[in-house]
Amino acid sequence: MQDNAAPDPTLTREKALANLTGDDLGLRYYAAWWLGRMRVHDWEAVAALIAALADSQDRTELGGYPLRRNAARALGKLADTRAVPGLIQCLACEDFYVREAAAQSLAMLGDVACVPALRGLLAGGVAAAQRVPDKPHLRQPYEDVLEALGALKAVEAVTEVAPFLGHEVARVRLSAARAMYGLTGERQYAEQLVQALEDPDINLRRVALSDLGALGYLEAARPIARARTENSFKLFALKGLLDVQLSAASSVGQAMVPHPENPMPAVLALMDELL
Amino acid sequence: MEISTLIQRVRQASSPAELLQAVQALAASQDAQALPVLIEVLGYNNPAVAGLALQSLIAWGEPAVLPLLANLDGYNYGARAYSVRALAALGDARALAVLVAAAETDFAPSVRRAALKGLGRLYAAGPESIGACLRQVVQDEDWSIRYAAVVSLEALARQPEAQAEATQLLTQLADHDPEPVLQARALLALQRAQQPSATCA
Repeated sequence: MQDNAAPDPTLTREKALANLTGDDLGLRYYAAWWLGRMRVHDWEAVAALIAALADSQDRTELGGYPLRRNAARALGKLADTRAVPGLIQCLACEDFYVREAAAQSLAMLGDVACVPALRGLLAGGVAAAQRVPDKPHLRQPYEDVLEALGALKAVEAVTEVAPFLGHEVARVRLSAARAMYGLTGERQYAEQLVQALEDPDINLRRVALSDLGALGYLEAARPIARARTENSFKLFALKGLLDVQLSAASSVGQAMVPHPENPMPAVLALMDELL
Repeated sequence: MEISTLIQRVRQASSPAELLQAVQALAASQDAQALPVLIEVLGYNNPAVAGLALQSLIAWGEPAVLPLLANLDGYNYGARAYSVRALAALGDARALAVLVAAAETDFAPSVRRAALKGLGRLYAAGPESIGACLRQVVQDEDWSIRYAAVVSLEALARQPEAQAEATQLLTQLADHDPEPVLQARALLALQRAQQPSATCA
């Protein structure tokens, strides 16, 4: 279910909470997503979603746990770190997509308690990071684990993250570069993402765009605006970039003080051109 | 080369590189028969080719306006966004109704943004409809739509008869928009509006 999908307007907090523990597996699954989408962050909702992380009733034919996946995704949006222990347990779930959702949400919650468990998923390094036979994914959700370690500023993991810069899968390499920039602040890693804006694969260019935006790497503003992708992707990437810059300033007014060296107007002008 | 040959080359191009070359040649032809084909190319789902055709249509100026209006693609919103971008850049009053309708009701945000950006320069052609449109869209829940509205409001803030209301709407966005980027863009618009000599980006 896409995060930008329109939520059912007839559902209420009470109904969603009742559905989450009801008998209808479809309604449970939807309720978990809805609570996250609607940012219902009171403790009752959070506790119910944490309980859903251990659900064993909703199973796919291949053994996956759909409700756990949605609950893990929702908890990332609710900013309650009491969900961290449950999400850490999800990193050991046999369902790849539960581990992936947990890694993403742990990055969003920002609690470094999960760092040892995330590092555990990198065990064996690049050599172990192989494709699972008959599955469309690698052994672990490496992209999300690497990005989480970068976002959590887990500098102790640098020596484990760095080898993934040479992984055979381009998207994993990009995640490693994004993480390394987060961990070291060294430009060379952000510049690897800038180079990926020229990649022949449009999907890779789009990933690099949003990564550079999320990093707030100001030097990428012009390359982002020139990249061969749809204007809307570039507009959203530049907005992400400015969000990071503006949140680092004491106020928007402070960030916009007219000054010949102020880089903000030039980035906004690039956004204007993408409309 | 005959214009019919140039057109045929565009329609029969068998690779993206060949298509780009054919469109380049057609764009250089200066023949009005090229216009509908350049518009058709906007819908080929090839950003490089569409970008080239868009620049060429804008360079044509006034003669491109009616063909663009007559050939708006009702199905392909990507193509429609390029056409609307061309009309927005051409700033011709005959596009007013189309741009206002697109800004208010098109389902594709890219089309709405392109149309909104064009409204600022058309203000003299329809002060009432443009004013009403911008008052409405500054409350849109999509930040990118509000952003495009701000760009047009900046242009309105330079028109004596629209200045007071545009400044008021911009001040509101600068102070209260939930998105910091919107606050920043509105603030920039206000700063520039206070310097009459500054050029618009």
